[in-house]
Amino acid sequence: MSATANNPSNTTEQLSGARLLELYQTMVLSRYLDERVWLLNRQGKAAIAASAQGHEATQVACVEATDPSKDHYLIYYRQFAAMMALGTTPEEMLRGFLAKEDDPMSAARQFPLHGAHPRVDLFNFSNVIATQLPQAAGVALADKLKGSDAVTVVFFGDGASSQGDTHEAMNFAGVHKLPLIFFCENNRYAISVPIEKQMRVESVASRAVGYGFPGVLVDGTDVVAVHEVTKAAVDRARAGEGPTLIEASVERLLPHTTDDDHTRYRSAEDIAHMAERDPVKILSALLKRRDLLNDDSDAEIHAASKKRVNVATDTVDAEPYPSVDTMFDHVVDSVGGNF
Amino acid sequence: MAFNIELPHVGESVTEAVIGKWLKAPGDTIEKYDPLVEVITDKVAMDVPSPATGILTKIFATEGETVLMGAVIAEMDTAEEVVVAPASTQSATSSPSASRIGTLVQGANVGPTGGAFLDTSLSTPEPTPATSDAGKGISSGSRSSLTRKKGFSPVVTRLAAEHDVDLDSLIGTGLGGRVSKKDVLAAVEHRRVSASTSYPRGIIAEGEDEIIEPTPIRRMIADHMVKAVSEIPHAWSAIEVDVTGMVEWRTANKERFESENGVRLTYLPIALSVVAGALRSNPRLNSNWLDGKIVLKKAINVGVAVAADGGLVVPVVHNAADATVTELAGVLDGVVPRSRSGNMTIEDVRGGTFTLNNTGSLGSVWGGAIINHPQAAILTTEAIVKRPVVISNGGNDDIVVRSMMNICLSFDHRIIDGAEASEFLQSVKSGIEAISSDSDLR
Amino acid sequence: MSEQTVIEAVRATLQSEMRRDGSVIVLGEDVGSRGGVFLATDGLIDEFGENRVIDTPLAESSICGVALGAAVNGFRPIAEIQFADFVWPAINQLVGEASKVRYGTNGVKTAPMTVRIPYGGGVRGGLYHSQSIEVLFSHTPGLFVVAPATPYDAKGLLATAIRTDDPVIVLEHKRTYRLVKGDVPDEDYTIPIGKAEIKRPGTDMTIVTYGLMLHYSLQAAEMAAVNGIDVEVIDLRTLRPLDEDAIAESASRTGKALIVQEDTPAVSISSEVAAIIGERCFFDLDGPITRLGPPELPPMPFSPIQEAAFMPSPEKILAAITKLSEI
Repeated sequence: MSATANNPSNTTEQLSGARLLELYQTMVLSRYLDERVWLLNRQGKAAIAASAQGHEATQVACVEATDPSKDHYLIYYRQFAAMMALGTTPEEMLRGFLAKEDDPMSAARQFPLHGAHPRVDLFNFSNVIATQLPQAAGVALADKLKGSDAVTVVFFGDGASSQGDTHEAMNFAGVHKLPLIFFCENNRYAISVPIEKQMRVESVASRAVGYGFPGVLVDGTDVVAVHEVTKAAVDRARAGEGPTLIEASVERLLPHTTDDDHTRYRSAEDIAHMAERDPVKILSALLKRRDLLNDDSDAEIHAASKKRVNVATDTVDAEPYPSVDTMFDHVVDSVGGNF
Repeated sequence: MAFNIELPHVGESVTEAVIGKWLKAPGDTIEKYDPLVEVITDKVAMDVPSPATGILTKIFATEGETVLMGAVIAEMDTAEEVVVAPASTQSATSSPSASRIGTLVQGANVGPTGGAFLDTSLSTPEPTPATSDAGKGISSGSRSSLTRKKGFSPVVTRLAAEHDVDLDSLIGTGLGGRVSKKDVLAAVEHRRVSASTSYPRGIIAEGEDEIIEPTPIRRMIADHMVKAVSEIPHAWSAIEVDVTGMVEWRTANKERFESENGVRLTYLPIALSVVAGALRSNPRLNSNWLDGKIVLKKAINVGVAVAADGGLVVPVVHNAADATVTELAGVLDGVVPRSRSGNMTIEDVRGGTFTLNNTGSLGSVWGGAIINHPQAAILTTEAIVKRPVVISNGGNDDIVVRSMMNICLSFDHRIIDGAEASEFLQSVKSGIEAISSDSDLR
Repeated sequence: MSEQTVIEAVRATLQSEMRRDGSVIVLGEDVGSRGGVFLATDGLIDEFGENRVIDTPLAESSICGVALGAAVNGFRPIAEIQFADFVWPAINQLVGEASKVRYGTNGVKTAPMTVRIPYGGGVRGGLYHSQSIEVLFSHTPGLFVVAPATPYDAKGLLATAIRTDDPVIVLEHKRTYRLVKGDVPDEDYTIPIGKAEIKRPGTDMTIVTYGLMLHYSLQAAEMAAVNGIDVEVIDLRTLRPLDEDAIAESASRTGKALIVQEDTPAVSISSEVAAIIGERCFFDLDGPITRLGPPELPPMPFSPIQEAAFMPSPEKILAAITKLSEI
């Protein structure tokens, strides 16, 4: 499949105007919650956060092309908007960031966005980079062996593409023609290491040919384009035609995490310039051009998101932390090898 | 309603911050959580959020100013009911003293992945009861087994063998009465110290002289005697007691007593009963000299000296003044044979406040016993001897044959003077002399 | 009942478990038509096909990572690492990831996977075909580690490992594969993880051991018996969790403990066993806890005299038994 040019103007029959507006609302809500989490970190309440600001369009659009009732999602720590798109509530997200007892992913044993989702098959076992790729190959292998038409999407960043596990996973997936989508969100920085110090090639997608399956490059700020290429990859996988490597080009609008300061390695011009590729603003402009949104309805959406986030913050802030007693649960099955 | 905005507490070791840029100005509408002002601590810049929705009315802290946490930095107007979390308790970090160890930098901290995150998640009280007892961690101390009551540890066995210590003679101060390494070493040291101070150097065995190696019990007795003699200034007093009535009583009641109670009837329980009563009325005889003070012991626990195989032992009859003669006879009947055969328990020898020694059973008519440290006195009852005695009747002096028994008191002259000693002896004498053949002694 | 070597018992168990449960799959290098370099999987691909017996690329990290992914999506994968010396790239997926799946998801996800790893020396394997690797795994909460040394135990423990819903590392001493032959019942049975076994009861001292050293210790015990020393030999069988009760009961009863191990002693299984005995048997000990192991060198030299000098042997164990008995 050839690379899709930056073409944000048209909706397609796969994505109606109404649905596009709903995706926009998800992105706005994600944006407000994302900002709130950052603020909670500055208040000393949320120990660590990785922002998806700049990645919202690509994550929401990718999820839209899949079927959460049967597909698998192996995420990494930056999939904030993908989690929102998969129906995670603001309360559930905040419980992870504030390390509260009812965190559904890991009961706050892990960093936020780690553990396993209560309703969809989304999981993230560690914050070791790229270990999820071979695991995703295993998940997809199992589906193939079962004859299931479920698809596995594994998310990773440009940094992860350097790890040996990435190569091993892509190699294995290619050999076995697995129903696996390698979804790379390339924001051109692995913490502070810029893309030109990470790879000699122009794009991560160009490596797919080395594994025997297609690689697709797409503008990650374009909801419609990302949705289109992902849908095509999903259809391929479900039809048994094997993996696809999708590389979505995005901007990381904030530093790597709340522990990072990107002014130490990015110029002021660079930081200002990338704000032009804000997917929330880009989609807002598109929707307004299509008369699906105007300033008033946009303001309403923003106000509703803000209010929603406030309610969630107040609620979760008052909840308890996990007690010491539960710390010992689930190390191993209590039966433990006694049959 | 006006509401004061304070600089929030943000961490245990941070007490102040520098005000940075104000992000809102007086007159601005502000919403809850909106960042109001940047503040900078040692390494961290953070934003202070608005605690409520309303209008910022006044700013008190200016950019560049250093402000203590908790100080009011601005004022706002709000219609909301503002709940302010109580301030976290501040604890100042104390720096270690030696500069080589280094000091802790206030406010410096490392977040989860290297940033400067200052954790406040535990600085506000829990809204609902949460944590139960902390620490189910397993320490190896809790795994170790101290189930052995009489076991000797490897090192105890070794030291006992090396120093020829009889472990069974030691009272253990370890858990459950265990003889510990400390106990063995203490016994060894005690023996060494005693040996170096009391035994003259350079005993030369000559020709057919026989050298006996003292048993551990004998050594202990020796040490105890030396301690008593060297510490307590002994003085002595004695008195004659006419025991004719007591003898007649015993003769008349011996068979009945022994068949009723199943125990032998000697003079000892009678003497013990009288002595215990005399101690009650003469409390200084029942005391200890301790750390420069006289401690009057409330309990009257009379030790009765018994000649056992290894040496003198002194089982204790507790609360002797509360017991009848019958009861005392019973107790003595149990404990004396036990003492002789070396089967005493800790309880048997514990807590004595006075000692009674029936040296008369061996024929002695006079005794200058050594006080059982740390008691105040010791009384011997000497042999009962029939003697011609002068009794005055009106103006006539008659010579009669009476059974006479000397009682001899050794006493601690720091606590007791001659007068008190004599009073005590008189109490005992009159108690015994009040007994006649038809006395109702219980 | 039939007499089988350890490798025959392993192969038979893989076959019976794959017949019993269609979700059991095998993956690793050369496990397919080659039947595994030790023939542990010989014949399996013919019976179960290449969807259940998968020849993987030469990539240990993804062998274990793929196994983990398949394990959380309905299968019971048995990954084979061809030689323990090559497991190190997979430590990330095993110690870093698999061990924490259940804990890190608060029980929502579990990883019912098995990793079979031939280990150990005395086979002229040099520095990269002789290593003992049990320490890192045995240290890791969330993993089980077993080390069967007899055909009977190999079948029972491997069956349990496959049926356990958490990751189990199965360490098979490669020397025992063909060296040890024994009776194996035909019927299905399992041996619980976490239970040591007294392979030889005795009264004068306790040997605690596992793997190939079990057999050397038994030989040494027979020689010691001739000299009137009655040695009890305990086979740990499971390295995580260690059967502390069995270790303590025996050491307390005999009063002397000798721990025999092929792995280098510093910071090893024998260190942990010694600590357990010290903590629980202190008042019952009649002699120092003694460890017998190879010298602190990279295991192990290739040339024959040096390899023999490195490896513990029945004679070296007998010398240690004799010395301890004289204390």
